[in-house]
This record gives sequence, C-alpha cells and structure tokens, in this order.
Amino acid sequence: MNITPDQHVFWRHGWVNLNETIVITWLMMLGMAIAAKLMTGRLRTEGSVSRWQAALEIIVTMITSQLEAVGLNHARKYLPFLGTLFLFVALSCLGSAIPGFHPPTSSLSTTAALAGCVFVSVPLFGIQDQGLWRYLKTYSEPTIIMLPFNIIGEFSRTLALAMRLFGNMMSGTLIVAILITITPLLFPVVMTALGLLTGMVQAYIFFILAAVYIAAATRPRTRDTPNG
Amino acid sequence: MDNSTWIAVASIFTAGITIGIGSVGTGLGQGRAVALALSSLAQQPDASGTITRTLFVGLAMIESLAIDCFCVSMILIFANPFWTHVIAQAAGK
Repeated sequence: MNITPDQHVFWRHGWVNLNETIVITWLMMLGMAIAAKLMTGRLRTEGSVSRWQAALEIIVTMITSQLEAVGLNHARKYLPFLGTLFLFVALSCLGSAIPGFHPPTSSLSTTAALAGCVFVSVPLFGIQDQGLWRYLKTYSEPTIIMLPFNIIGEFSRTLALAMRLFGNMMSGTLIVAILITITPLLFPVVMTALGLLTGMVQAYIFFILAAVYIAAATRPRTRDTPNG
Repeated sequence: MDNSTWIAVASIFTAGITIGIGSVGTGLGQGRAVALALSSLAQQPDASGTITRTLFVGLAMIESLAIDCFCVSMILIFANPFWTHVIAQAAGK
C-alpha cells in the first residue's frame, strides 16, 4: 500500500524518476502562478475593486498582521517567503477535497525540502539583518558552553518541522485509505473533514514556526552598557 | 519458531506498544498545556490572540513527539526493512 505519493512513478530514466509528488507539486505551482497572475491583472487603489483583489488583500493583510504579532519587524520583507510557504502547505491540504489528489506534503521529500528552505533562510535573513559576525555571535548566547547545543538545536528543529508536517499529512491520508476498506462513505468523509482541519492547523503552525525562527535570528539586540 | 516469525512478532508488538505509549505522554502534556492556557485566558481575555497563538505553537511541539512514534509504527508495519529482507529471502528460495 502506498503511504506516500513518492511510490507512484510515472516515468523513469536511470536515476531520474517522475513520481506523483513531483507532478502534483509542479501542477500546483503552475496553478498558483496562473491564478496569481490573473487575480493581479488590473489592480486598483481606489474605487470598486474586484472580488479577487479583495480576497488577495485579505490574505496578505492577515499574513502580515500575524508576522508583526510574532515580532518580526519589517514584516513585508519576509512576506513573500513565509506567505508562499503558508499558501503552498494550505493549498496542498485543501486540495485533498479534489478526488484523485494526493497532497504532495504527505511525502517526506516535500516536507524535508520545505524545512530545508527554512533552515537555509534563517541564517540568510539573520546575516542580512545583522551582519555575519554578529549573527555568528548569537550562537554563543547566553554563554559559549551553549554553542554545540544551539547548533544541534538548529538541526533538530528543522527535522522536527519536516517530521511534523509529514506525519500529520501522511496519517490523514492513510487513515482515510484504511477506513475506506472497512466502512465506506460515512467515516472516510468525516475523517477527510478532520484531515482538512488538521492540515490547515499544520499549515499555520509551519508558517508561524518559520516566522518565530526568523524573528529569533533577526531580533534587534540591545547594546550592553556598563550600568546594565 | 524460526527467524521470520520472530521478526514478525517483534515488529507487530513494537508497533502497537510504540504508538500506545507515545500517545499517553502526548495526551497528558497537551491536556496540561490547554488547561493552563484556558486559565490564563480566563485571567486575561484581552491577550487572547497571543495566548491562542502560543498555545497552538506549543501544542504542535508536543504533537510532534506523538507523530515521531506514529511514524515509527508505520515504518514497522508498512516499510519494515527486516520484513522485506525476509520476504526477499523467501522469494529467492
């Protein structure tokens, strides 16, 4: 039985294989890009705006307000990366309402890639904000003894990000698949609805955790004065 | 009992015990977190945005322990390397 969409391969040539995860991810990317292009075709700043522009404004303002509440100053700078993270994970969960759609985030490859993006982006934004030396010095806060633990902590929270999203999405699809063989129609529908809810919560959590990690790396540090 | 039976028994038993023990700890931890969040919401309702967000982040952290146990169980049942080795040996004979 397939626990991830990775195992369904469409085409293979040597070590390159085109499995369902890749196909669905690229279709989602295409769909999101085309939808974004169409929705932002004619943006207006006054007068009556189209409903798509209003919907996009709602989404962007909500994400920006969440980023500011977490403590990220200049939230607009991180909006493209974090907002896209949230939208991708949320849409890949909501898409399980479409029959035949297996969420790409139910494959460890996708979630590991997303967690890898967060892992790379935290030092990137930290160095961009504070400079290389001051960012590296944060690893030795509060004392230099904490240096190995801070480094291990970076890796372990990236791993936890990947595992959390993968575990939630994979278990949702697996439970529905198993229940279909036992009691068709009632319980699979209920479990799919529950899977939608937990998927949206997990999308929000992935996004908020990434924002918290970036905020921790870019928060302004007070200068030490002799009198404290 | 030969080797393959031992592998099957150990895998099935461990898969059940793993998820059982994993969910006990998670349930206790999350229950305590939510109880404290509710009591602090009752004390300071105007901070409900921060409290709710922090609660969700904390719940996700605790949940990831249960998810690790669940993944180990799923691997033992569906992607068990020892079992595939046994099956390959039995098929090769």
